[in-house]
Amino acid sequence: MKIFINETLTEIEEDIVNINDIKNNFKKDADIFILNGHTVDKNILLKDNDKLTLIKKGEVPKYEDLENLMIARHTPNVHKKLKDGSVAILGLGGLGSNIAISLARIGVGHMILADFDIVEPSNLNRQQYFISDIGKYKTDALKSSLKNINPFIDIDTLNKIIDSSNIEEFSNVDIIIEAFDNPKYKAEIASFILRNMKDKYLISSSGMAGYYDSNIIKTRKVRERFYICGDEVNEAKEGDGLMAPRVSICANHMANLATQILIKHNIN
Amino acid sequence: MLNNYKNIRKGGNNIQVNGKKFEFKSNTTISNLLKELGLKEDAVVVEINLNIIENEEYRSYIIKEDDVIEVIRFVGGG
Repeated sequence: MKIFINETLTEIEEDIVNINDIKNNFKKDADIFILNGHTVDKNILLKDNDKLTLIKKGEVPKYEDLENLMIARHTPNVHKKLKDGSVAILGLGGLGSNIAISLARIGVGHMILADFDIVEPSNLNRQQYFISDIGKYKTDALKSSLKNINPFIDIDTLNKIIDSSNIEEFSNVDIIIEAFDNPKYKAEIASFILRNMKDKYLISSSGMAGYYDSNIIKTRKVRERFYICGDEVNEAKEGDGLMAPRVSICANHMANLATQILIKHNIN
Repeated sequence: MLNNYKNIRKGGNNIQVNGKKFEFKSNTTISNLLKELGLKEDAVVVEINLNIIENEEYRSYIIKEDDVIEVIRFVGGG
């Protein structure tokens, strides 16, 4: 029979094989077994084309084995679509930095990160930066974090203001995610993309300030290829700041929507 | 999202805004409508009968009977 062992298609002479047999022949010290994207703790009989990953807890793998071990928890057949996907993230604040980290973890293969700003102390209440990042460009600081999470993705960075005069530089991506702070820029870029870049998926954001009910943050399809995430009401203002938990909820609505689009739709 | 706004004007023609029926007077522009709804012109996207209307047209675009209007409101924060 043929099974995938650590993502490599491997021919096994016997027809009846269980997880323990594979462990004893391929990695005796393994103590984590992931079968078809799911951790298992029983000795199960394997079928043709099963995907089995063997890991020794705490062992730092060789770089060439790392990617196969990382993708073990991805649902089979999903990983390639994500790896082929390309996403632009406009604005790397509380939304953009959290979106980028989620998409890097699931292995979205190509990301463009755009922001003109540098990391400062008041960003740390909600944005995915560290004290050691203060003073760096957000693009550079975030790219460095993403590479530490998943070195197997392409990341391009742009240190500049993105508006309707230069958004067409992003004509090669599948999805544009607007993660700006200022409502004028949010509206301007959405209007331009909807009128002039009709083949793009656009995910916009509106309303995620404070610590209001989590469940009023929604993903709403506005029209073909245009979605908005947020509660569409609660703006950041004096007395109602942006806070890590709720901004992250909205960010991950956006990241999950991007994931759905990359997996379900035929984007080429 | 505009459920709490009052009907913009009485005694006029019918339009639909974000799924709700409104009455309006003749010669109402998009600018007039946004003002009635308490929304800022530069923080919304306006779609009329599935067409996205450019910001520059808000003052001149006259709303017609049976127009189906979507107003997407952006608030600050990100």
